[in-house]
This record gives sequence, C-alpha cells and structure tokens, in this order.
Amino acid sequence: MTQLLKLQDVGLERGVRQLFTGVQLEVAAGELWQLVGSNGSGKTSLLRAVAGLARLGVQGSITCCPSMLFQGHLPGLKSALTCRENLLWHASGGVAIPLSGIDHALAEVGLVGYEDTVLGQLSAGQQRRVGLARLWLSKASLWLLDEPFTAIDVDGSAMLEQQLLRHCQNGGAVVFTSHQPTAVAGLRVLDLNQYAA
Amino acid sequence: MQPDLLKFLGFQAQRHLRGALRRPGDIVNPLVFFLMVVTLFPLGLGPDPDVLADLAPGIVWVVALLSSLLVSGRLFQSDFEDGTLEQLALAPHPLALSVLAEIASHWLLSGVVLALVSPVFALMLNMPGQAIPVLMASLLLGTLCLSLFGAIGAALTVGLRRGGVLLSLLIIPLTVPVLIFGTSAVREAVLGYDPGSWLALLGALSLVGLVVAPIAAAAGLRISLEA
Amino acid sequence: MWAFIHKFGSPPWFFRFASTAVRWLLPVVIGALVFGAVWGLLYAPPDFRQGNSYRIIFIHVPSAVVALAGYYVMASAGLVSLVWKIKMADTAMRAVAPVGAALTFVALVTGAIWGKPTWGAWWVWDARITSMLILFFLYLGVIALFEAYDNKAAAAKACAVLSLVGTVNIPIIYKSVDWWYSLHQPASIKFTGETAIDASMLYPLLVMIAAFYGLFALLVLVNMRTELLATYRQSAWLRSELG
Repeated sequence: MTQLLKLQDVGLERGVRQLFTGVQLEVAAGELWQLVGSNGSGKTSLLRAVAGLARLGVQGSITCCPSMLFQGHLPGLKSALTCRENLLWHASGGVAIPLSGIDHALAEVGLVGYEDTVLGQLSAGQQRRVGLARLWLSKASLWLLDEPFTAIDVDGSAMLEQQLLRHCQNGGAVVFTSHQPTAVAGLRVLDLNQYAA
Repeated sequence: MQPDLLKFLGFQAQRHLRGALRRPGDIVNPLVFFLMVVTLFPLGLGPDPDVLADLAPGIVWVVALLSSLLVSGRLFQSDFEDGTLEQLALAPHPLALSVLAEIASHWLLSGVVLALVSPVFALMLNMPGQAIPVLMASLLLGTLCLSLFGAIGAALTVGLRRGGVLLSLLIIPLTVPVLIFGTSAVREAVLGYDPGSWLALLGALSLVGLVVAPIAAAAGLRISLEA
Repeated sequence: MWAFIHKFGSPPWFFRFASTAVRWLLPVVIGALVFGAVWGLLYAPPDFRQGNSYRIIFIHVPSAVVALAGYYVMASAGLVSLVWKIKMADTAMRAVAPVGAALTFVALVTGAIWGKPTWGAWWVWDARITSMLILFFLYLGVIALFEAYDNKAAAAKACAVLSLVGTVNIPIIYKSVDWWYSLHQPASIKFTGETAIDASMLYPLLVMIAAFYGLFALLVLVNMRTELLATYRQSAWLRSELG
C-alpha cells in the first residue's frame, strides 16, 4: 500500500493554548478518513496544516504527498466568472482542461444548463456544487476536504459520497472533516477530542 | 524563464483580466475619484491659471498616488475572501508568479488607463503642452511602482479587518521616491529641461520593485493565510 | 557556534541574560550619558557662527544616528526570524520598534528646536529632517501593523517582511529626498553640514553617540524582558526564575 500522508506526534498551539497534541495518523491509498471533533478542537487547523497553508504553532512532523487537492470552507471561485470559466481557470490549475471534461463534471454535480451562468447568480448550494465539481476533474491522489457536505442537499451528499468512494477505489485517499456522522462503508474516523491537551 | 512558467503567468493574468472586465465600475471609479480630487484643488487654491500651472505636476502626482493607493489596497481582497488565495498558495507554481500576474493585470487596468487619460487633467490645470507626454510617461512608470509597492501592503493587510487606513500608513513612506522622481520629471519638462534622468530613475525603481514586490507580497500573503 | 545561537533563542536563557545585562548596562549608560552631556553642554567651546545653540547636536545627532541604525537592527531581527524561525528574534523586533520610533521622535523635536535659532522657523523642509520624518513614518507603520494582527506570531512575520522591504527602500528614500532638496533649493542657502567638526566638539559627540547606542541596547533589553514576563507569566521556568 502506498502511503500518502503520515502525521507523527502532531500538536497544535494557538496563542498560548495547546489545542491538541500527539496525533498519529497514517493514510494509505484507498482509505477514506473522517476528522471529527467538537467546535474549536482544531479540525480545520489540522487540515490546513497538512495542506501546508498554516504551519505556525504546529509541532511534530507532517509528511504529505505532493499530489494533493485542498478544498477549504471557501471554494476559491470568482463570482464574476461563469461556471465553465471558474473551472477552466481555477486558481490551483495552470494547465488548460478540455471543455468537454468541464461540462461532464458540471453535469455530474447536477448543473446542466448552468455552464455559462455567472457564478454570482447561483444559490449558495449551487456554488458549493461548482466547487465540488473540481473533484471530477482532479488528478490529485490525496484529497483534503473541509466540511464538503455543508450546504449540500440529500441528493448532492449521496453523489459526493459516491465520488469519494470511487476516488478511494481508484487508488486515491480522502481526508475530510464533518460534524455529521457519515455512514459510508470502510470509513475510518480520527477523533481530535481524544488528543485534546 | 521556462515556457511552462510563462504560460502559467499568462493563464493567471487572463483569469484576472476576464474577471475585472466584467466589473467596469472598478476601473472607472478610481478615474472619477481622480477627476473629483483634481477639481477640489482649484476650488481650494483659487482659479488663477498661473498658480495652478505652477502646482499642476505636484497636484496630478499626489492625486495619482492617492487613487493608486485606494485601488491597490483591494488588490487581494476578493481573492482572500473567496478562497482563491488558498488555492494559489497550493498551486504547483510559485505564488510570487501569481502575484506578479495579478499586479500586472491590475496595473494594466488602473495605472495605464490613468496615464492615458492624464492629459485631460493636465489641461484642466493649465499645464504647458510640452510637459504632457512626460507626464504620461512618468505616470506609466510611476503607477507600476505604486502598484508593486501597494501589492506588498495589500498582501500584509489582506486578512485584517481594519486594513484600509493601515495600508496607507505602511505604503505612503515607501512611495516617497516615486513621488519625487515623478514630479521632478514633469517639473523639468515644464521648465524646458531634459527629464530623461528622472524617468530613468523611475524605470530603475520599477525594476527594483519588479524583483522585490512579488517575493515580498507572496511572503505577506502566506503570512495572511496563517493568521 | 550553533549551540550559542540556539541558547540565545531559548526564552529562559535569554531572560537570565537580559536581567544580568540590564543590571550591568544601567550604571554604565547613565554614567556615559552624564559624562557626555556635561562635556558637550558645559566644556565644549561655542560654535563661531551658531554660538551655544549648536549644542543641541549632542542630543540630536546621536538620536538620529541610533534611530537609523535601529531600523537596520529591527530588519536584521526580522530576517533571522523569517529564516531561522527563532522566537527571540520576533521579540527583539517587537522591542526595537518603539525604541527606534521614540529616538526618531527625539531627533525630530530637537531638530525643530535647533531650527528656530538657525533658520528662524520651527520646521524647515530640509533634506535631512524630511528623511528623518519618513523614517518616523516607517517605524509607525511597523508598530501599527504589529498591533493590527491578533495572531502575534503572524504579526512578527508580517513586520519582518515590511521592515525588510523598508531596508531596501531606505537608501533610495534618503537619496531621492537629497535630490529633491537640491532641485528645489539654490545651493547657496544649503546649510553646510559636512564641514569638518573640531575635535573639541567631535569627542563629546562620539561619547554621546556611544552612550545612545548603550541606551538603545538597554531599552531594547528591558522591553524584551517585559515581553517575556507577559508571555510566560504562566510558565514554571519563569516562576522559579523569579523565586
């Protein structure tokens, strides 16, 4: 099994408060992990630390494979651009993606007919769906998703779960945070409350 | 530069330009601000054309500096608020390169446009005709410097709630040389001397800015993401 | 060497070092200040053109010199903090800023007071005093930026970037202000500052400059010590240190 992420003795200090300490985690290809923990337990901070966005106050060692996709609370989409343009010129990219692939991804998240609509005119849930459409375009092996189920309806959640599972079956791995208990086969759970300092 | 990186630069710039062009108000409003503030000076100083002509280089340049500060402070705001910045920071290419693309497209839509319409303001303030091409050239180079320095301040304050005034405090002292070189060039031209050396200094300053600003702004953005 | 740097970066070690250093520096600095001031103000001969009013240089010049050097000290601490991520460098940077700003302010006020008998006005837009004013702005920017951040670790990094950019810019600012001044003033009015200074005035001035460097170091150490007391007030090592 290829190892995609390894946390050794990871702790996090915010200001003078120690949020958690001694987190051990190994994520191998094919694994689906959910990070749980009460509000303020540091789920988002841990995910951002893993992605390499925020390393201030982080102790321990984090080894993360470079082929990684991070989706935070904010989708990273421009409200002045259309759905197509947003995916075509997504900030994390740099290489042109074929339009057919983009339209296919938009169809998967249920946005047929909205390809040329400016993002600002969509509802909050639809905008989240545009952000999630990246998952159908991504070639990264490790996905780090912060609260991917927020503002997504029942159909959307089912579709997203399917996609996460498919990614794991194809040799990828997913780490996501969520408050809701998620009933997916083979789900592993890391509870940050157990590591609270 | 590797062709790959150049392509990425163009790719990012295209995205910024396309988004900005959808909001023409953001391009026009600073120009209206410029026009309004220029109007305030004759109202405050009196309409005497000779007095105005004497003060015109300084007035136009100070107002250009202020309006440039006003817009460059918002340079990374929307990127920070919608999460684009996180994605740029994680992109496979250096963040400094994305910053450079952003500054360049910002300058095209603010500084270059300002330089192009500046003759109107110069004529309103009774500036002699021979100085107007020099004014345009100095504004073209000077606004590039202002955008570059402004980007550093914008990057350091983007995550702060009270960023607006703070940005001016950080950036105004750094822009002193730009103002001096710019006004001196125009003044020399008004007096009929050769402004070449001042324009060359502005060009040199832009080059320093092109090297320093993307790196410093990228570092600032990473710090803003941490906070 | 590395062990030494490492030791310097540890808060408990630095706290002890600062406490000892402050105890030794305090009498030395006060002594040097009194000695230099008495020599300069009472025993140095009056200037042939300015009479006794020139004596303010014994305050003005040292504070201006140390204020400028202080900015570079702050930027160096910022560089250390960014590159080697040493916590004490953050503390040092934060401690230098208010001291540097205060010295710049002293230089500005003494410059203004000196200006009254020399030029007949409290404020003259002379090249050097204008540069000093901009240096003051640069310090204020760093302090304001530090205060604006809630996360103090990030604040220190942001200030480090800003002060490094300022360091690149300071020579350009000084030079441009010089040119600006010479462009607008005919050379004959320019106040001659570069004329040779007589040894009888130079030595007390050098003593005062040295004393001001000492004062700067003393104030920075006191500031850093206070900062450590505030940050680690809950820590066991600090409690045992204070007994």
